[in-house]
Amino acid sequence: MKKITSLEDLRRIKEQSKDLTSARSGGKTRIIVGMGTCGIAAGAREVMTVILQELDRRGLKDVAVETTGCIGMCQKEPLVDVIRPGELRTTYGDVGPADVPRIIVEHIVNGNIVEDKVVGQTD
Amino acid sequence: MALYRAHVLVCKGTGCTASGSGSVYDALKEELERRGLDKEVMLVETGCHGMCEMGPIVVVYPEGSFYCRVTPEDVPELVEEHLYKGRVLQRLLYTTPDEEKHRIPHYRDIPFYGKQRRIVLRNCGYINPDNIEEYIARDGYQALARALLEFSPEETLDIVKRSGLRGRGGAGFPTGKKWEFARMAPGDKKYIVCNADEGDPGAFMDRSVLEGDPHSVVEGMLIGAYVIGSDEGYIYCRAEYPLAIKRLVTAIQQAEEMGLIGDNIMGTDFSFHLHIKEGAGAFVCGEETALMASIEGKRGMPNPRPPFPANSGLWGKPTNINNVETWANIPQIILNGAEWFSSVGTETSKGTKIFALTGKVNNTGLVEAPMGMSLREVIFDIGGGIPNGKKFKAVQLGGPSGGCLPESMLDTPVDYESINATGAIMGSGGMVVTDEDTCIVDFAKFFLTFVQNESCGKCPFCRIGTRRMLEILERICEGKGKMEDLDLLEDLAQKVKDGSLCALGGTAPNPVLTTLKYFRDEYVAHTVDKKCPAKVCPALIQYTIDPAKCIGCTKCARQCPVNAISGEIKKPHLIDQDTCIKCGQCMAVCPVKAISVE
Repeated sequence: MKKITSLEDLRRIKEQSKDLTSARSGGKTRIIVGMGTCGIAAGAREVMTVILQELDRRGLKDVAVETTGCIGMCQKEPLVDVIRPGELRTTYGDVGPADVPRIIVEHIVNGNIVEDKVVGQTD
Repeated sequence: MALYRAHVLVCKGTGCTASGSGSVYDALKEELERRGLDKEVMLVETGCHGMCEMGPIVVVYPEGSFYCRVTPEDVPELVEEHLYKGRVLQRLLYTTPDEEKHRIPHYRDIPFYGKQRRIVLRNCGYINPDNIEEYIARDGYQALARALLEFSPEETLDIVKRSGLRGRGGAGFPTGKKWEFARMAPGDKKYIVCNADEGDPGAFMDRSVLEGDPHSVVEGMLIGAYVIGSDEGYIYCRAEYPLAIKRLVTAIQQAEEMGLIGDNIMGTDFSFHLHIKEGAGAFVCGEETALMASIEGKRGMPNPRPPFPANSGLWGKPTNINNVETWANIPQIILNGAEWFSSVGTETSKGTKIFALTGKVNNTGLVEAPMGMSLREVIFDIGGGIPNGKKFKAVQLGGPSGGCLPESMLDTPVDYESINATGAIMGSGGMVVTDEDTCIVDFAKFFLTFVQNESCGKCPFCRIGTRRMLEILERICEGKGKMEDLDLLEDLAQKVKDGSLCALGGTAPNPVLTTLKYFRDEYVAHTVDKKCPAKVCPALIQYTIDPAKCIGCTKCARQCPVNAISGEIKKPHLIDQDTCIKCGQCMAVCPVKAISVE
């Protein structure tokens, strides 16, 4: 372990350690993956893995990835919801692993909804 | 560092460990690996969440789902439902103790936590206490950095003084003033001590802080040492707190590796070394002069003050002693400012106080409440009231040194002055609740037995006086008391108070004095009517079977451990009073409620 000899050292370690506890605090962008039997059968597991890899690759630490059960729209699975703080809940349907980078860059980073994949929006 | 989408926090405080959280942790680890989730779900050991009644506790983030009484058998279902399929496992959620039985999915919505204000316990149950990086991620050691790099020792002292923080060990002496005495004392070698010799029956505030957030205490001590000009410190912790000591050892080692303890901390001239001294668990060693004697390797006995430790403490050097909770408050005060801290609490008592809520109360556990909250709010709103529909009878504040308060005093605000005015003391924060089935004389006897056993024997009044008081109480409980005994008790109590050197003797009579003050009727019932109203004292009660109700099922006769019940099958039974040991087991098993106690 490297010694802390200045305030900058301490701040750097704090920054690096942030994601150790960040999943435990609220107020962040949320990605919710439908993981009912229908979702899993349609490939939600793979989508979730790609989401985690993509977030890690881009160093996006303030995003919480959650799972949820079946919401009844099984024909559109895998369903992925994105909720940015203070914005509507956007539901994407028929999401494949290839769609994930686009949703993350366009919606999570830039704040633009990926229209062609949207199923609906709720609050 | 890999990205974890979910964090599973398993409480490894002493309470949850005792109810089996170790095997729950192991089962979770195995199940996550088996399902290949171990790369995306982080498993974390934490300190106490405070709600020990509901342990083992498992919290799953980001949802913040609070699972209670989790067993290893629950683990496969929990992992499959919550972590694999994303469905909160309803049956393990916290359920309100009232008739409605609401299931509460979120940590933050549980009423037990709603009224609390967590300043000292902010990290307990939230971070892994064995990982300094998690503490740093939560602003850990930022207060130390600010003090060392931005403030002079005088400025730091000024913040602590203005915050209004008072000693959490029980006496409530202003912390800033105490620090100033030690700072002003002449001498180039000065010591800092943390009193972690928590010994009151039913108290576990300090243990939980040490187990759940040890770095907050270490950081507080570092800041205190900087202000006072000390380069060496001791944490005096009883050896019967093995987990707290283990976590402290790890914390100190990690802080040393990072250069936060040692020479030239953060590139400044400030150096500090910290040791742990394990005590043998004598109650008197919580008294500061006895504690220092014990650190020096002498027999733990109190010495007269003055000289006060600030001038002549450890090995005759100026020494500053504060309790665990006091130290843990310091980093938050430096980080957020004196005004922030003093905005919480009452005119004379600032900040929060941690209470260990035990006894006949629904949510036994650890509670941090702002000063000024009423006892009623703590016991009924946070504590959830008395279990099994029983009536509240009394609450013992401050352990064996404290006092016992009745229902009529429940609206007393929790602050040093208000509690002292009742004859009880704030103490370190033990809160033992009793219901109508507790005999007050027996209750006072329990605490007096404790101090009598723990008296070091130096002062005759404490050594012999408490013994005589105990004999009187025993006499009363056996129905052999006289009314003069009550006056004798009061007289002796006052003399023990006046004739003892330290606070152990000085406060030992408090439970007797307060129960005599608030529950005199019960003493009178024992002495004059020879009755125990709560039906506890064996010499004063009698179990009888109502022949009209008894169906002769023989259940009671089979249950009786001393064969005191006789009778033929299907005919009324009889209890032989000479053989009966008043254990009450017959009454518990009787299917037709034919047995009563008078």
